[in-house]
Amino acid sequence: MHHRLDALLPLAGAILFVVLWWLLALSGVIDPVLMPAPQDAAVALWKGFADGTLTHDFWQTVWRTVLSFVIATAIGVPLGIALGSSSRVYAAVEFVIDFFRSTPASALFPMFLVIFGVGEKTKIAVAAFGAALVILFNVAYGVMNAKKTRQAAAHVMGAGRLRIMVDVTLWESLPQTFVGMRSGISLALVIVIVAEMFIGSTDGLGQRVINAQMVFDMPLMYAAIFAAGALGYGLNLLFLVIERRFVHWGGK
Amino acid sequence: MTSHSPGSPHITIRGLTKAFAGVPLYDGFNLDFARGRITSIFGPNGCGKSTLINMIAGLMPMDGGQVLFDGKTLRETVIGYVFQNYRDALFPWKRAIDNIAYPLVRAGMDRAAIDARVDELVTSFDIGFDLKRYPYELSGGQQQLVSIMRALAPRPEVLFLDEPFSALDYEMTLSMRDKLQEVFHATGVTMILVSHDLEEAVYLADHVLMLTRRPTRIAEVIDFGAPRPRTSATLSEPGFVRAKAHALDVFQREVRRAP
Repeated sequence: MHHRLDALLPLAGAILFVVLWWLLALSGVIDPVLMPAPQDAAVALWKGFADGTLTHDFWQTVWRTVLSFVIATAIGVPLGIALGSSSRVYAAVEFVIDFFRSTPASALFPMFLVIFGVGEKTKIAVAAFGAALVILFNVAYGVMNAKKTRQAAAHVMGAGRLRIMVDVTLWESLPQTFVGMRSGISLALVIVIVAEMFIGSTDGLGQRVINAQMVFDMPLMYAAIFAAGALGYGLNLLFLVIERRFVHWGGK
Repeated sequence: MTSHSPGSPHITIRGLTKAFAGVPLYDGFNLDFARGRITSIFGPNGCGKSTLINMIAGLMPMDGGQVLFDGKTLRETVIGYVFQNYRDALFPWKRAIDNIAYPLVRAGMDRAAIDARVDELVTSFDIGFDLKRYPYELSGGQQQLVSIMRALAPRPEVLFLDEPFSALDYEMTLSMRDKLQEVFHATGVTMILVSHDLEEAVYLADHVLMLTRRPTRIAEVIDFGAPRPRTSATLSEPGFVRAKAHALDVFQREVRRAP
């Protein structure tokens, strides 16, 4: 009996949050124009998806995020493997990678605007750039930290260098690669949302949030924020599930 | 010209040289390992017991010297190696049975031959657990058993064991020693065992190779000829007690010797 209730515990926090929001809105402490009641935001969310405006924005954001992520993975994974398998090459470029990984991607918007112009390409390029560095870093780290004992075991059993790479090192790097991909897609979403807000967008959740704010349609703004939050949460969850499926041995 | 009778030299090491950061560990080291025997290696901390077998097994480069197996190079020889840390040596993304089959796949055997060989191993080891499980689902002793089966799968000429039981509890260690003796009885494979446990080193061995501090030389080779299978009763027999006491004397003499 106790166990069943425990499973519902995560819901308690969410309910508490909505109730507090509702009470706060009801109390009138905050101007209802600035903070509508939760049910108003819920209605706006429902309407937005029912009439298709939010749906369109949602899928545009998903599309940009996924495209950036795919590009980032296609660049980050092979490059990470190449860098990770040579400690000398990695030592040579580590600083540069670490530097750009630590640079806020939003600071790079103007530079990318100059290169790619105002449009779709810039958003995707910045997001892909940021995500690629995170993925690359994690993959290289995973490759470098592959268990020496496992590589030695494969060597004793007659595996050559390339074989060891394919049969051991790549598998060894998988858990860290997934960590990188999960962080990468989260970062890509953040960058895409910011890009949609500030660099010439006509759609996307970021653009919807800032537009709703500018016309003081607060329920819609909260609805769009909620949609973006749900998207981020969903993507993270999806990757966790895939990770657990494919890297069942991780951390064991 | 080489004799293939048990006890004849199987591995010959000549002029082995190895230094770490300019400090010599082995300098012109010569040694023969006997065929079809268990030789255990024992010595003071840092004398390079594991380094020695790692160089013989090709896991660590030598600075100089030559190691031959019946006159053949390592490349021409099938060896098996059991690591101390089974958790880090098995492939956790493969099921236990696929771990065991891995060296056979590497050797280019076809599926039917691999299955036959694995079945043979499973039968001879009398495995009481499910080999379809992943290594992390098995106990420590079961994992090390899988490691030993994997090492034996390609029918190696020599089996190296680097402190194979030191991560196991005593109860498991005792049963693993019995298992290893059974394997030895069934296969007659030349075994080289690094141990930090003097009781184990003497109990399992035909020859106990006692090493000195670095630069490492052979302090003494102690022969222990008690009949097999040896049991816990062996541990209290006068022959064993004497051999172990003598080994301890040699060890302490070497430890006290000024570096």
